[in-house]
Amino acid sequence: MGLLTVSGSPHVHGGLSVKKLMWGVVIAMLPAMLASFYYFGMGAIKVTLVAVGSAMLFEYLITKFILKQPPQLMDGSAAITGLLLAFNVPSNLPIWIIVIGALVAIGVAKMSFGGLGKNPFNPALVGRVFLLISFPVQMTSWPVVGKFPMVLDAVTGATPLGIVKEGIKNGEPMTDLMNQVPSYTEMFMGQNGGSLGEVSAFLLLIGGIYMLMRKIITWHIPVSFLGSVIVFSGILWMINPEQYVNPLFHLVTGGLMLGVFFMATDMVTSPMTPKGQLIFGAGVGILTIIIRVWGAYPEGVSFAILLMNAVVPHLNNLFKPKRFGEEVNNG
Amino acid sequence: MGLLTFKIGGIHPPENKMSASAAIEDFAIPKQAVVPLAQHLGAPAKVQVKRGEMVKVGQLLAKGEAFISADIHSPVSGKVFKIEPRLDSTGFRKESVIINVEGDEWLETIDRSSDIVKEISLSESEIVKRIHEMGIVGMGGATFPSHVKYMVPQGKTVDYLIINGVECEPYLTSDHRIMLEKGEEMLIGVSIMMKALKTDKAIIGIENNKPDAIANLEKIAANFTGISIKALKVQYPQGGEKQLIDALIGRQIPSGKLPIEVGCVVNNVGTAYAIYEAVQKNKPLIERVVTVTGKPVGKPSNYKVRIGTPITELIEKSNCSLDATGKIINGGPMMGKALVTLDAPVTKGTSGVLLIENEKAKRVPVMNCIRCGKCTTVCPMGLEPHLLSIIARQGKNEQCEEERIMDCIECGSCVYTCPSGRPLLDNIRLGKSNVGFMIRNRSRK
Repeated sequence: MGLLTVSGSPHVHGGLSVKKLMWGVVIAMLPAMLASFYYFGMGAIKVTLVAVGSAMLFEYLITKFILKQPPQLMDGSAAITGLLLAFNVPSNLPIWIIVIGALVAIGVAKMSFGGLGKNPFNPALVGRVFLLISFPVQMTSWPVVGKFPMVLDAVTGATPLGIVKEGIKNGEPMTDLMNQVPSYTEMFMGQNGGSLGEVSAFLLLIGGIYMLMRKIITWHIPVSFLGSVIVFSGILWMINPEQYVNPLFHLVTGGLMLGVFFMATDMVTSPMTPKGQLIFGAGVGILTIIIRVWGAYPEGVSFAILLMNAVVPHLNNLFKPKRFGEEVNNG
Repeated sequence: MGLLTFKIGGIHPPENKMSASAAIEDFAIPKQAVVPLAQHLGAPAKVQVKRGEMVKVGQLLAKGEAFISADIHSPVSGKVFKIEPRLDSTGFRKESVIINVEGDEWLETIDRSSDIVKEISLSESEIVKRIHEMGIVGMGGATFPSHVKYMVPQGKTVDYLIINGVECEPYLTSDHRIMLEKGEEMLIGVSIMMKALKTDKAIIGIENNKPDAIANLEKIAANFTGISIKALKVQYPQGGEKQLIDALIGRQIPSGKLPIEVGCVVNNVGTAYAIYEAVQKNKPLIERVVTVTGKPVGKPSNYKVRIGTPITELIEKSNCSLDATGKIINGGPMMGKALVTLDAPVTKGTSGVLLIENEKAKRVPVMNCIRCGKCTTVCPMGLEPHLLSIIARQGKNEQCEEERIMDCIECGSCVYTCPSGRPLLDNIRLGKSNVGFMIRNRSRK
């Protein structure tokens, strides 16, 4: 018999690991990823490979040569950042822009804060917003969806959100605008023009349900996010249905489902208590609608999540868990 | 009706009750017994015997003179060989009486027959005195001297006596076997405790994974007044006294207070049985039921063992594969202590000896905190282990106190759940020790 181990209790571990959580998220993203390959073809495959590959490469290089620590690539977090970045850009984006996006996401938004778990903002979203502001033309020319188009330079067109926003500004009647966009079923299932991961709200929902079932995420952020979007846009719609588009349209378009299940729920950058998570989700939902309705951009999910990321430390301080013995009548 | 349980946090580790069907066996008396003078919470007992003196089973070895302390009796008969510090199961050297065993001669005052004595002849104060004199401590593992619990402070009344038959630690089965095999004696013990506390209500809480124990006690309890049996959801740490009171009667002990604050006294089923033997049989606490279990154990068992028996003898007797063993625990896997030597003796608090296989002996690799908040979700005290861990390491003692670090019951649920394998509880223990020191210094000024 060798020497026995001596360590403090507990002596058993539940077996959950960062790796399992992270690769669980990757699995949840696969259906939507395959859908993007189907609708956007080679362009989507190229964007995905470049984004994931460069995100992992930058993480490896920075950990090894700048932080001088053993690289932990297989924890899956860099792969998620890369995949999310790919989900957030159009399929015809030039390779060099994607690489810059991955460098900003991993190098600036994640590693400069100390790596895994230390970043205040969602790295993929920082990368995406950086690209959106730096390369507005390339980032907003959206290829029209096809059925596995092999041509890389597909026809481009505006997203449903863009069409509606522009139309309302020009005073076009709402019924005309609704005729210019695909039907709700089409948009829900996967006819959204836009970024890779925005194409099918349905498959994102499936991924979200998978993560809920595996307890990778909890219901608090998705429910309060979706709920506040429905309530807030619903109120506006009831006030003036000609001026404001209905809640269902908000739900099935743009990056909403992607944000709800994959980006707002990022553990590192969201609050740690259920109460804080409810407030956080509601805040993201309301900011999303504010930006979509009154902002300069047709889509507001990324900005809304990043803005709420900034208040997470305060939410953690404000909303403490209920302590034992605090609120019970001991009569 | 759903099963009763506590309201905040909790986990469900694999139960692994491998020894549940092994009946309690009498374990052989050792050749040499090592009896530490501090087997309980509080001050060590003062030794009353000299080197070379002959002692009988049940004879007083050391007297617990402080308010929180307990008497120690000789578990064997023979000659006092030495009185010197020995390593015990906590890893500290503690003054111990070492006795070379000769025969098995008991004090005549002890009733060794197996007849069940039902009549409770002692008065309330005599019962408390007897519990004190027989060296009874909490048998669940905390080893709090029992007589202190039965001296109810002025102005407080006891609404409920709560008996802990939860045994929420995975692997352990000693309480389970007592409830099955010594049910009647144990319930007489409960009646004695009720009398001492002047209460007419006792609740025995048992986790639902022991349906045989629940059925057995329900059948016997029909002949007793005021004792009810309640099934509880299998959820760790259901057996923490704060959690148990919450689960059974919905009262939550305020921060820093004792169960008496909400009109309760909590004791373990093993303690109830020990109190029966002390009061009805005049028998001091000299032996206890110990579970020997774990994957490397060929014959998982429950033994009735004399205090002072070296743990190595229990392991030898149970067909253990020591080559496959990487760690040996005194107690259960969640709150037990890893042994530093196999020569450590069984003491009043040894509920089990758990052998952990090589593959599971080492901790999982530590990664950065990913702020998933799972530690907060599972904490049964509603604390934030991730935060306490950081500020404890930074030495922010005042902030630790504000964040109620002293409420931590060290159940280990946070570490069990942490996907990053972080040593949260190690850091929190450090913080608790520093904050405790700070609080004691403050009251001194």
